[in-house]
Amino acid sequence: MEIQRREFLAAAGAGTLAGLAGCSGGSGSGDGGGDRPGVAGETLTLTTTTSTDDTGLLDELHPPFEGMYGVTVDAVAQGTGAALETARAGDSDVVMVHARSLEDEFMREGLGVNRRDLMFNDFVVVGPESDPAGIEGMSSATAAFAAIANASAPFVSRGDNSGTHTKELAIWAQSSAEPGGDWYRETGQGMGQVLNIASEQGGYTLSDRGTYLSQRGEVDLVILVQGPIEGGPDTLANPYGVMAVNPAVHDSVNYDLAMAYIGYLTSPQAQDVISNYEANGKQLFFPRALSEDPDFQQYVPEGWSSSEGR
Amino acid sequence: MMGPGLDTVLLGPLLVEFPFEATYVRSIISVSLYVSLIAVALSTLVSVPVAVLVGLSDFRGKGVLTSVINTGMGFPSVVVGLAVLFLVSNQGPLGALDLVFTKEAMVLSQFVLATPPVTAISLAAVTGVDRGVRDAAHALGGTRVDTALVVVKQARYGVATAVLAGFGRAISEVGSVLIVGGNIAGADGVSKTRTLTTAIQLEARQGRYGTAMVLGAVLVGLVLVVNAVVVRLGGRGVGG
Repeated sequence: MEIQRREFLAAAGAGTLAGLAGCSGGSGSGDGGGDRPGVAGETLTLTTTTSTDDTGLLDELHPPFEGMYGVTVDAVAQGTGAALETARAGDSDVVMVHARSLEDEFMREGLGVNRRDLMFNDFVVVGPESDPAGIEGMSSATAAFAAIANASAPFVSRGDNSGTHTKELAIWAQSSAEPGGDWYRETGQGMGQVLNIASEQGGYTLSDRGTYLSQRGEVDLVILVQGPIEGGPDTLANPYGVMAVNPAVHDSVNYDLAMAYIGYLTSPQAQDVISNYEANGKQLFFPRALSEDPDFQQYVPEGWSSSEGR
Repeated sequence: MMGPGLDTVLLGPLLVEFPFEATYVRSIISVSLYVSLIAVALSTLVSVPVAVLVGLSDFRGKGVLTSVINTGMGFPSVVVGLAVLFLVSNQGPLGALDLVFTKEAMVLSQFVLATPPVTAISLAAVTGVDRGVRDAAHALGGTRVDTALVVVKQARYGVATAVLAGFGRAISEVGSVLIVGGNIAGADGVSKTRTLTTAIQLEARQGRYGTAMVLGAVLVGLVLVVNAVVVRLGGRGVGG
């Protein structure tokens, strides 16, 4: 009995001490005396596309941010459609994707806030060197797609609601041709696998330049229509955006940390990381967040013209 | 990529150098083992008593129940993954626990996947024990629990096979762990929810079939080792 009471007193004493410590700790942070921001130790869940993760860019971008705030970034690479869907359920805090039409839809639904342009690269149309549809050097992606359709040359499609697939469908919609028939093959696979399939079947496909460059040695495919980085049409531009999930819709998301992350990604430090990142000696992404010129376009949905307002 | 070394010699048939950091491979192996072993341990705790209970008793609907358990062996893992994702998602009933994209969610989905084969095979093993053994245990004054223990001891090979089958299903499965785990590895190359199977999928997605094969060999080796350990333990059980 004696022992039990002593233990109780000890426990009560420890509790009081802990309580006091809690008070003093609280007043300390109230003074703003902490050397870490309030988010330290937290985890940010990012859903993103396969191209940012597979290229290794995120592994370069994240360590400085994690060190700066004492946090962890969990990057889930899913493809643009799935990444937005996960965010829609409130299972991620921030999204980094590359399909402006899907991003705008996400914003219109009220699920995303503070979308910022982040970086860009471009798409290229690749195919076999023999080029049965004769599209080499064309300056229009829509004309090239029409030529492929007219020749009924094999075309391998991602078919997975990814950013690249969305772009491909947009080009088909603008061209005079309809995708379909034996020559059009939806695979539902990632970019790397689609390049392999196209190579094996002697087919054409639309690829982001980064994935094509990193896999060039393993496939029998050449660039037939260039993207805007090498002077090709602007329709093949591949801009990446970043958005926080709206905390008014999902109160479980880590909004503060998501905004800190967006702030970091669009800072000169991270934009430098992006422009210095190379694979096989080639720059893969071009920073786009910083400019001295006003850029209204990044705050309004795709297709809205800011020039009319000026 | 320092030129051919010991790894190249060991992996000679695959004709590739060992292409990964040791910490990376170690961490994905440990995530794979953590998830599969805990899931299989939990499902064994549930499955074996259920198998004994069902196997040793006679009741109406036993045949139907057995069919349901056997059907569970054919659950498509992707569907299980989707169901578990629905459960643990912020919108789902377990959303408040914040389990999505964690190892715990992966354990949950692997538990759901491993339990039907462990139960079904254990049940078959228990049912296969000679009726005379049960009667003898009973005649010697054993309680129902004693009888059950004797039956499990007799059926231990079958139960071990059941556990191995469950483990095999859990560790080799890719669909559900990818959906509920998210295949996350930190920027420092340490896996959080990346398993051997999702790492293989990641390599294959990028068309790096060679490195995917290396990880595949690691996975097969791992399953082989676990099987050997279990068989070894079973063998010792016979000796003692």
